[in-house]
Amino acid sequence: MVIAGFSLAPVLPEFILAVGALLLLLFGAVAGERLTKVVYEIAIVILGVVLLTVIFDKRGESISFDGAFVDDPFSHFMKVLALIGSIATLIMSIPFLRQQGINKFEFPILVMLSTLGMMTLISAGNLIALYLGFELMSLALYVIAAFHRDDGRASEAGLKYFVLGALSSGLLLYGASLIYGFTGSVNFAVIGTALQGNAGIGVVFGLVFLSAGLAFKMSAVPFHMWTPDVYEGAPTPVTAFFATAPKMAAVAITVRVVITAFPGIVAQWQQIIIFISIASMLLGSFAAIGQTNFKRLMAYSAIGNMGFALVGLAAGTEAGVFGVLIYMLIYLVMTLGTFAAILAMKRKGLNVETISDLAGLSRHNGPMAFFLAMIMFSLAGIPPLAGFWSKFYVFQAAIQANLFALSVIGVLSSVVAAFYYLRIVKLMYFDEPVEAFDPMSPAVNVVLSLAGVFVLLFTIWPGPFKDAATVAAHSLF
Amino acid sequence: MFGFGILSGLIILPLVGAAFILVLRGEDESTLQNARWAALMTTVVVFLLSLVAWGRFDTSTSAFQLIESKAWFGSGIGYKLGVDGISMPFVLLTTFLMPFCILASWSSIQVRVKEYFVAFLVLESLMIGVFSALDLVLFYLFFEGGLIPMFLIIGIWGGKRRIYASLKFFLYTLLGSLLMLLAIMKMYGVAGTTDITVLLHTPFARSMQIWLWLAFFASFAVKMPMWPVHTWLPDAHVEAPTAGSVILAGILLKMGGYGFLRFSLPMFPEASHYFAPLVFALSVIAIVYTSLVALVQEDMKKLIAYSSVAHMGFVTMGIFTMTTQGVQGAVFLMISHGIVSGALFLCVGVIYDRMHTREISAYGGLVNRMPRYAVAFMVFTMANIGLPGTSGFVGEFLTMLAAFQVNTWVALIATLGTILAAAYALFLYRRVVFGALEKASLKTIMDLNAREIVTLAPLIALTLYYGVHPGPVLNASQATVDGVVKAVSLPAPTHTANLAGQ
Repeated sequence: MVIAGFSLAPVLPEFILAVGALLLLLFGAVAGERLTKVVYEIAIVILGVVLLTVIFDKRGESISFDGAFVDDPFSHFMKVLALIGSIATLIMSIPFLRQQGINKFEFPILVMLSTLGMMTLISAGNLIALYLGFELMSLALYVIAAFHRDDGRASEAGLKYFVLGALSSGLLLYGASLIYGFTGSVNFAVIGTALQGNAGIGVVFGLVFLSAGLAFKMSAVPFHMWTPDVYEGAPTPVTAFFATAPKMAAVAITVRVVITAFPGIVAQWQQIIIFISIASMLLGSFAAIGQTNFKRLMAYSAIGNMGFALVGLAAGTEAGVFGVLIYMLIYLVMTLGTFAAILAMKRKGLNVETISDLAGLSRHNGPMAFFLAMIMFSLAGIPPLAGFWSKFYVFQAAIQANLFALSVIGVLSSVVAAFYYLRIVKLMYFDEPVEAFDPMSPAVNVVLSLAGVFVLLFTIWPGPFKDAATVAAHSLF
Repeated sequence: MFGFGILSGLIILPLVGAAFILVLRGEDESTLQNARWAALMTTVVVFLLSLVAWGRFDTSTSAFQLIESKAWFGSGIGYKLGVDGISMPFVLLTTFLMPFCILASWSSIQVRVKEYFVAFLVLESLMIGVFSALDLVLFYLFFEGGLIPMFLIIGIWGGKRRIYASLKFFLYTLLGSLLMLLAIMKMYGVAGTTDITVLLHTPFARSMQIWLWLAFFASFAVKMPMWPVHTWLPDAHVEAPTAGSVILAGILLKMGGYGFLRFSLPMFPEASHYFAPLVFALSVIAIVYTSLVALVQEDMKKLIAYSSVAHMGFVTMGIFTMTTQGVQGAVFLMISHGIVSGALFLCVGVIYDRMHTREISAYGGLVNRMPRYAVAFMVFTMANIGLPGTSGFVGEFLTMLAAFQVNTWVALIATLGTILAAAYALFLYRRVVFGALEKASLKTIMDLNAREIVTLAPLIALTLYYGVHPGPVLNASQATVDGVVKAVSLPAPTHTANLAGQ
């Protein structure tokens, strides 16, 4: 581990993204509406460049800015996931936003700024950087949740998200101040050495408040209430973005905080994580059964999936973190594929969102139905699809850590969850067809097909993903 | 074959056929005919290839053969295939039954024909994988992956309540399997690998064996299916298309028994002895109860489905006698039941294709118009009862013989089941085939056509052949069964062993 002082080299990707976003903002303001499409394209290119800089960064681990910024394989892994989520949603959103008449040039810039916040959050090495990244990410998200400002539902979603989000920021900040007060440092590594088996009530309080703030962003129970409404109300590409990139960042920082700042008091945070995990899995499984709106259903699915991901974290071991990383990777791909399918649900130029609109899809659009069905089976965790492995690794870590009750509750709730995923397959394959959808836009088609192919082939060729996750998980210990 | 062994070839070949059918373009009759022929040719070639594998198989040893192994998920989870005397017969049974399933679907499937055959070929590949996997995770992958094509087969091409049946089938099986998955993870944690050949020699502590055994039992008991978790089977059978029922009864039900033999007995011997009385109790309840239920069925497929549950009761009883006779009888009964119940479903399919009803009361006096059909149905009915001279007799006799030595009461009650089996099977046969041909709708019914004769004749031949000469199956499994029985026998007579012996 290199202590890099105040060198700018470790933050090169963030630097490119920040400067790029600001220049693009100037360009957009000057160029006017004619060049909105160009702003989108440049934004995608910049994010792509940042992605490549992260992937091909060979500098090794370093800590810079007095411990505020950690550059390690773990942060690289999660940054790649967050960037893929941002890029894919931007690519898919262009036709949708244009058709809705809301393709303003601010949208890609807000996505970029939010992504910058995520990257800072993922690399945060102390509580200050954590809060900065957290807020930068969230502020941009509040705005794009209400991006369709003439739509009542979108405005409601934005407002709800903002009010509840502000509350969660407050909780997080309060928790951070308690932890700082009782340990004397904001730096994760220093907190970690200060807390060795003797956690006072103040630290535990701080830990609970901090977890509450983070659980809010992960949309884990009991801080999930905003999720269904915001998912349903926000424009679909925005929902796709919410469901992917910020989740990666929130899970990443949760993992980093509990593993690096609280390794000495595992028993204290483990029970919090176990509770959140069980509650999320159960609520995600049962509440989704009655949903008819596909986006709302995916909101509950997201809640459940966060619960499953946290099963790995609850183990608190390197294998557990590895499981979480694999889980987030596969979850990202499946979610992007599902939202690509939701974006493709369009009749006579209007988007439809009820799952019954999928009835008989296999007769009209075989490939789309097939890929969506495979993604649904994968979300249900059926082998040989990718989703099986994501569950396999988190539960395996939990079993190794002797968390049997958690594992059994987890697999039982995944059987319940399988029901509503199967219901979508049933609609597409068993039911009589309704009217066909409009032809898919190429971008959406590409994302859905890539996700489908990934889900099908992960079992055959897991090598590179597994190796990257192994290195990333190891860097935290 | 391209750097792969023959077992990989058996798994990949159906997928190649499926890919070929997928790329066929068009929906006209000639394309569909091509798809049918492609599916038939694929399954026949797979069968021939499995015969080649059989030719290379050495029956004199209990070791795994035709082994191939490749690195896969690293750290102890590998792609490892191999067969022994227990799995080889099941691989052959799978490849043998598949062409008949394709033939049985030739004209009865008219919608989404290509997808149908693709689903069947994928299913075949996964089933062969189940029986030849030598890695627990790989086994689980195939075991559970088979749910997807079967779910689609029941749900898309099934009868009126197909959606209910397909969901019930899927969720029931998934629930059991996931508990097994947790047990697999625990074993992986203990042994550091999921290689079955290693795990067979890994001693597990007794308390852990109990839990692991129960988790595996949850999966296999649902799959078998054993009473009281059998209720998905009648629904799935009734709603599935004919070929789906054949596969379900012929092969999918055998996975549970295979699992008991491959995992539960040799890996958890102490737990197996501990739980043997439980399995005996459930088995005899299944035999008697489901036979009684079968007596009052009005739907032919449902009747055969309940009779399948009863027969599987004999299988579990035989396996848990943990004697050579019992286990061999169970293996033989599974093979025989695979052929016979598959054939019975084909027989039901023949008249269903003509009359589009499975109600027993809709038939009667078929012998007058369909003598050849009556003969075929007779042979399989007798085999289902377990008449000496048919393959059904050998397995039931061996399992009961073994049960008699281990536990007289179990054997006694099981014998009651064979009497009931005779009752319901003959009752079905009389109501459908004998009597006067009175119903107007049946006056023009046609006897078996050439395709149906080709489908049923080899099954009749095999049923009778194994009835008088059970040697091939028994010899093939002898060495391995001895190995399993030896592995499950405890080093010294302990309290639990006595418990099982009472």
